[in-house]
Amino acid sequence: MLPNPFHIQRLQKETYDTFTVELTPTNSTNTFLFSAGQFNMLYVFGVGEVPISISGDPARTETIKHTARAVGTVTRALQKLKSGDMLGVRGPFGSHWPVEESVGNDVVIIAGGIGLSPLRPVLYQLIAQRKKYKKIALLYGVRTPEDLLYKRELEQWRGRFDIEVKITVDTATGDWCGDVGVVTTLIRRVQFDPLHAMAMICGPEVMMRFTIKELQNCGVGNERIFISMERNMKCGIGLCGHCQCGPTFICKDGPVFRYDRIKEFFGKREI
Amino acid sequence: MQSLEPYLAEHPFLKGLEPNHLKILAGCASNVQFDVGQFILREGEEANNFYIIRHGKVAIELFAAERGAITIQTIGAGEILGWSWLIPPYQWRFDARAIEITRAIALDGKCLRTKCEQDHNLGYELLKRFAHVIALRLEATRLQLSDVYGVHP
Ligand SMILES: Cc1cc2nc3c(=O)[nH]c(=O)nc-3n(C[C@H](O)[C@H](O)[C@H](O)COP(=O)(O)OP(=O)(O)OC[C@H]3O[C@@H](n4cnc5c(N)ncnc54)[C@H](O)[C@@H]3O)c2cc1C
Ligand code: FES
Repeated sequence: MLPNPFHIQRLQKETYDTFTVELTPTNSTNTFLFSAGQFNMLYVFGVGEVPISISGDPARTETIKHTARAVGTVTRALQKLKSGDMLGVRGPFGSHWPVEESVGNDVVIIAGGIGLSPLRPVLYQLIAQRKKYKKIALLYGVRTPEDLLYKRELEQWRGRFDIEVKITVDTATGDWCGDVGVVTTLIRRVQFDPLHAMAMICGPEVMMRFTIKELQNCGVGNERIFISMERNMKCGIGLCGHCQCGPTFICKDGPVFRYDRIKEFFGKREI
Repeated sequence: MQSLEPYLAEHPFLKGLEPNHLKILAGCASNVQFDVGQFILREGEEANNFYIIRHGKVAIELFAAERGAITIQTIGAGEILGWSWLIPPYQWRFDARAIEITRAIALDGKCLRTKCEQDHNLGYELLKRFAHVIALRLEATRLQLSDVYGVHP
């Protein structure tokens, strides 16, 4: 599968190492459809290709947004691109968050660090159809207040009466007067019905492991917990075996998994 | 004045405690309120209470001369503040300050220490519950210190 050419419309700084790129297809008659949780393979010409989740609103089909953290060769090259530059896009790939399946339930979204980016499309969808869901809670943990993504949107969501937003930092800096502590400590501070709640988690694996344990302690069943897993990828379409995790391929069967279906392989030292 | 016994009996921290033990606890309990910025406990002072937070938010702080007060953790409604009353030398190791108007139930630890010496079943029940709180805090602190969100080559 060959990458499709896209233009960078805007590159916006989120934090010192994280940025959001907004892309438009070079053929402007094309629209881009995706489901919340899916990712694209972004190809920086002459440098390489990386899987990055789609972080925009699924209802806006004329542009695609990705939020990436500059950690290495490709993501750093991506960060240096300017509006008007070209990029190759393959996708969308992978499974999606259970937005439809959550109708009529409480929804607890738990994000750590850049893990908020693949969950942002879920929030857009839940808000657009707010009446279909019961309680909606967003629990978000980051390292310091400077690492918060989407600050303006967080403020807007916090201002709503129909979503509970709780944010915590590992280390308080500056004049931070919010919560301090790990994201798992927020779980017991929101009231939800564990038997009728869907939990969606994205963040570093350690954070997800402890979050799952705490949700289980609160009575949430494994079949109601969904996680997004990251593994090194190459082909993105289930051919090369690069992303294999037990019998599953993260690119094709994931990245979003129902926890009871992946628990044997999740967080294991060697797979 | 309304007894705090029904509230204590319902609280997850004390759930399952025998009625006579709950009565003892209720006898050592009182309602308290703290304004924003008010210290609830201060490092180095004698630790004679613990608190069940009913409403509000409390910052547990460490004071560093070069940096001022560093918030280590915040705790809120339903959570327990303070265990130094149970462990010699019964001195607070950190400061705790209300960062929102905070209502809590204060339990007189000095009185409870005596009761626990007299009734080891009560002592064991309380120790078990505090050990659980301490273990959870330790786990959270370890996670907090391990910089899980950092980039690790
Ligand atoms: C399904 C999926 C979705 C993803 N979604 C996103 C996303 O939305 N935003 C995003 O920024 N990243 C996302 N990633 C991770 C992203 O693909 C990698 O960060 C990227 O491939 C790194 O490539 P690089 O060439 O920049 O770094 P490399 O040169 O390959 O690596 C450089 C250094 O960075 C470290 N590193 C690599 N990946 C990560 C990582 N994920 N976190 C921390 N350190 C890392 C490596 O250990 C290495 O030391 C996703 C990954 C997958 C599998
Ligand atoms: S990336 Fe090739 S099989 Fe998944």
